[in-house]
Amino acid sequence: MSVAPIYGLILAGGASKRMQRDKAALKYLGRTQLERAFELASRHVDKVFVSVRADQISDPTRAPRPMIVDLGEGEGPIVGIRSALAAYPEAAWLVLACDLPFLSDAAIEGLLRRRDPNSLATAYKSAHDGLPEPLCAIWEPAAARALAGYQAGGGQCPRKFLIRHAAHLIDPLDPRALDNVNTPEEYSQAAAALESSAPMQLKIQYYALMREQAGRSEETLETSAATPADLYTELTARYGFTLSREQLKVAVNSEFSDWSRKLAANDAVVFIPPVAGG
Amino acid sequence: MSFRFTQTAIDTEAARRELQDFGAGGYVSFEGWVRDQNEGQEVTRLEYEAFQELAVKEGDRIVAEALRRFPVKRALCIHRVGSLGLGEMAVWVGVSSAHRGEAFDACRFIIDAVKHRVPIWKKEHYRNGNSGWVNCERCAAEPQHPPEHRHRVATAPKEPV
Repeated sequence: MSVAPIYGLILAGGASKRMQRDKAALKYLGRTQLERAFELASRHVDKVFVSVRADQISDPTRAPRPMIVDLGEGEGPIVGIRSALAAYPEAAWLVLACDLPFLSDAAIEGLLRRRDPNSLATAYKSAHDGLPEPLCAIWEPAAARALAGYQAGGGQCPRKFLIRHAAHLIDPLDPRALDNVNTPEEYSQAAAALESSAPMQLKIQYYALMREQAGRSEETLETSAATPADLYTELTARYGFTLSREQLKVAVNSEFSDWSRKLAANDAVVFIPPVAGG
Repeated sequence: MSFRFTQTAIDTEAARRELQDFGAGGYVSFEGWVRDQNEGQEVTRLEYEAFQELAVKEGDRIVAEALRRFPVKRALCIHRVGSLGLGEMAVWVGVSSAHRGEAFDACRFIIDAVKHRVPIWKKEHYRNGNSGWVNCERCAAEPQHPPEHRHRVATAPKEPV
């Protein structure tokens, strides 16, 4: 059996009672949450759609992008996911809630890399309670039938569904990546945090085993990693480096550095695996 | 410049001349060669790679430390990079000194510190077609080993004094 292609689905249908505003239109660093989530998914999969209710089709925040309109009865994320599975039955879906402002490329890459296409879904474990995070997850085509049965039995909660169907669960690399934002207070805190850790460009050079595992000898990278330690975590999610940080040294701008040094824009970083001169 | 890299065979005669000093009564050198065995595997060739910008700084610091620690006249270390066949010279260390004792000590200090501290890596290619980065592949297989792990450089010197 071949592995299903993955499309992206941005969930932006939900009414937001606690926020008292349309969450999709909240802005971080000058971009709406919906734009940010859509662009994030577009960097990793070929097709991305916005999940909407029928009454949101002409909403200006949502309308400019390809949409999948909720089919049938009920509301909530499970309807959006079922509608996508029904619209493209051959595809698996990278499902992302639009209210995860800290979601990073590294988190998406980690999810895609550790996908188990033989489970109904691959999902991160919540850093708070260890339960599946259904709205940053890959839902496989085979989930369609099981979801229909679950909803027919009165089920509405995608998290409970993933628990019941033993989704493939993976550990988050950055526990904050999946923090969601539900209240005006959380929104202003998240916006401030993102402003202060706005991504910067770093130059990374790779040698020896690191070069082989990264598949390149250098790259320029946009990242929010504050320290070499954060950067190594991010790049390990991307490239699957086998050496742990304790086995390495790190250099910044061609001098040995502390792992907790604060990185600055345009710093050049080199991870140094165990040396073997002579 | 007391530490440098070369892409081609190390010219030991030229290197030795750089150490000449009328105050020196002799000189000691160490040559590291590519051996046909490592840890039970038959080696056919080695590839050396270095983070040269930092390696030259760290190598210069090691030689400067040797000159501070030991009363020797001059010291120099040259390391090859690239692909080396069996028997080829990978590294050369030379020290000139008034007396032999400290020349031996300084030479030993430099080669040990270079192996332990300078960002140089070698990939071994084996008779059976396999290959591996020395010290790294085994490390990756045992990720729990302690951070102070000294790899195979058992006689590595302590941090600079």
